[in-house]
Amino acid sequence: MNWQLLPQFATTGLLAGGTLALTALGLVLIFKSTYIFNFAQGQLLLLGALFTWWFTVEVGLPLWLSIILALLLSALIGFGIERFALRPMTGQPLLSIVLMTLGLSQLLHGLALLFFGGAQRNFPQIFSAANPYKIATPFLRDGTPIIIILKQNLVWSFVVAILGVLVISAFFRYTNAGLAMRGASEDHELAQSIGLRIHRIFGVSWALAGMVATMGGVLLATSSGLDLSLSVVVLAAFPVVLLGGLESIPGAIIGGLLIGLTQGLVSASTVPLVRNMSEIMPYVVLLVVLLIRPEGLFGQKRIERI
Amino acid sequence: MGVPRPAGEFDTSYARDMATIRQPWQWWLLFAFILALYGLPFYASQSTVSLVNRIAITIIAVQGLNLLTGYTGQISLGQAAFMTTGGYISALLVNQAGWPFLAALPLAALGAGVIGLIFGLPSLRVKGFYLAMATLAAQFIIPWFTRNAFPDVLNGAQGLNVQSPVLFGIVFNTPQKYLFLSLTVLVLSTVVAHNVSRSRLGRAFVALRDHDLAAELLGMNLFKYKLQAFFLAAVYAGLAGALAAHNIRHLNSETFNLNDSVVFLGMLVIGGLGSNLGPIFGAIVVELLIEFATLFGPFFITLFPSTAAGAVQALRPLFFGITLMLFLIFEPRGLAHRWQLLKAAWRLRPFSH
Repeated sequence: MNWQLLPQFATTGLLAGGTLALTALGLVLIFKSTYIFNFAQGQLLLLGALFTWWFTVEVGLPLWLSIILALLLSALIGFGIERFALRPMTGQPLLSIVLMTLGLSQLLHGLALLFFGGAQRNFPQIFSAANPYKIATPFLRDGTPIIIILKQNLVWSFVVAILGVLVISAFFRYTNAGLAMRGASEDHELAQSIGLRIHRIFGVSWALAGMVATMGGVLLATSSGLDLSLSVVVLAAFPVVLLGGLESIPGAIIGGLLIGLTQGLVSASTVPLVRNMSEIMPYVVLLVVLLIRPEGLFGQKRIERI
Repeated sequence: MGVPRPAGEFDTSYARDMATIRQPWQWWLLFAFILALYGLPFYASQSTVSLVNRIAITIIAVQGLNLLTGYTGQISLGQAAFMTTGGYISALLVNQAGWPFLAALPLAALGAGVIGLIFGLPSLRVKGFYLAMATLAAQFIIPWFTRNAFPDVLNGAQGLNVQSPVLFGIVFNTPQKYLFLSLTVLVLSTVVAHNVSRSRLGRAFVALRDHDLAAELLGMNLFKYKLQAFFLAAVYAGLAGALAAHNIRHLNSETFNLNDSVVFLGMLVIGGLGSNLGPIFGAIVVELLIEFATLFGPFFITLFPSTAAGAVQALRPLFFGITLMLFLIFEPRGLAHRWQLLKAAWRLRPFSH
């Protein structure tokens, strides 16, 4: 372990975990109300970023407007997915639904490739890459404090991500739609019997998840560039969701930060093999979680009856 | 399997009751069909033979997945990772240790099976997509391992060049020759899969899939059967991976990737889950679809002039995704079910019900 680099890597990891948490939030949103684990979330994220890119660079709209337009468009896509792909699957076994979202991910990937191509693009910089923040830590090296360098885009992405998570939590707590979604998540049939329009709730969940994915996509694209591999990030968000618990919004945040932190800590190692492990670290954590506490940190333990 | 038979056709012995193939003419038809496949190199072009090779190897991998996902109901996104395992083991044994291919192939299958067992361990605690996640972990950890561990043996991200197999003094270095190898393994694997599915083991798998808690209450050891399913699936994947690696003659961590695992699942659904014809139908249809996308892609692209450069590659995931989704909505039991209906309709002609 390289102790002098540790604070730097730990903070960078934590900050990256913020974006991971936002990405994971989209998955939690859908699972919470529909019990569907959306394997197509990565493609939604990619499409959101591509729309934003298209509106700013190709159409020439200001950035804020194109983000809003992209959010609306992805909400529409979310609605469409629920209506045309997943509603016919109501009552089908889990395997069919999992495969539906997998098929959807292939379809969306194909569409993105068809209309946008696979080239790397310059995404408009939202946060300046110059002037990173420097923070002195209480840890000393040769008598001088170790300085952590924080890139502006990482810090602001983190802030936006956490803000997004808070807004969503407030939505679930204080708005009618949010409360209806939580009600629906308890029991679909029960919710329907007290007059909640369950399919509309599902539609809203998917639309929200699409918007959250777009936010995540924009944040990721602005810090690491935009190409089709952007969707791969979500693969690291799957373990986050399972670590935090599939139904839990605070779980998504804490899971994201924890996974980011572990990745950062592993990167600080001096052994090359261990350092390279940072890319699979989320999945190692995932296996441990599944073996020890399958419901995650804050998930609900479900008891099955015959 | 509930297929109606013409009136007056009865089984007169237990052996006949259990037979897969009932009539002599069915034997002859099957024999002629297999002979026609083996004879492909004599009358088909090289590209057709390569395609049949690829389809045969894919069918083996999907058959394994069918035992795990179709019969036992455990979703696996790791089939391609187990193929990687089998491919590497066989490649190393043949290249480095100088083993004969005939000895390396079973060992590759066995090694992949053991790795499959390890990643099947979470099935003790979890099921559904939690388990899918555990197998997804295999899909990340195994390729990572081949990229980073033992760089002097596994050669990192570059991967290995794999030798052509040598059997009885014949070097299988062309698609035409390789066809004999892949078809033989395919025929054997089909026989094994079919017999597993109708034995005690297969019935246990189905019971586990249909209601795991009920099966457990009846005294079944769920964990044992789940692990056996994982082992079998990975053995099939190991066979397919080894065959594919020696066929392409190159192997790295990306040769069999997550996308392949997803495609295998899709093939299974399109063909028919939990049916022995399913993997065969599914693999053939999807491979032909992909071939179709590659052949006619340039033509389709001209219909949409506004598309980006390199859009031809987009057609494969596009076609596959649409086909899979349509099948899930309109024919979730797959082509095998359609085939059963067709056969029943033929037998009951002219009465349709």
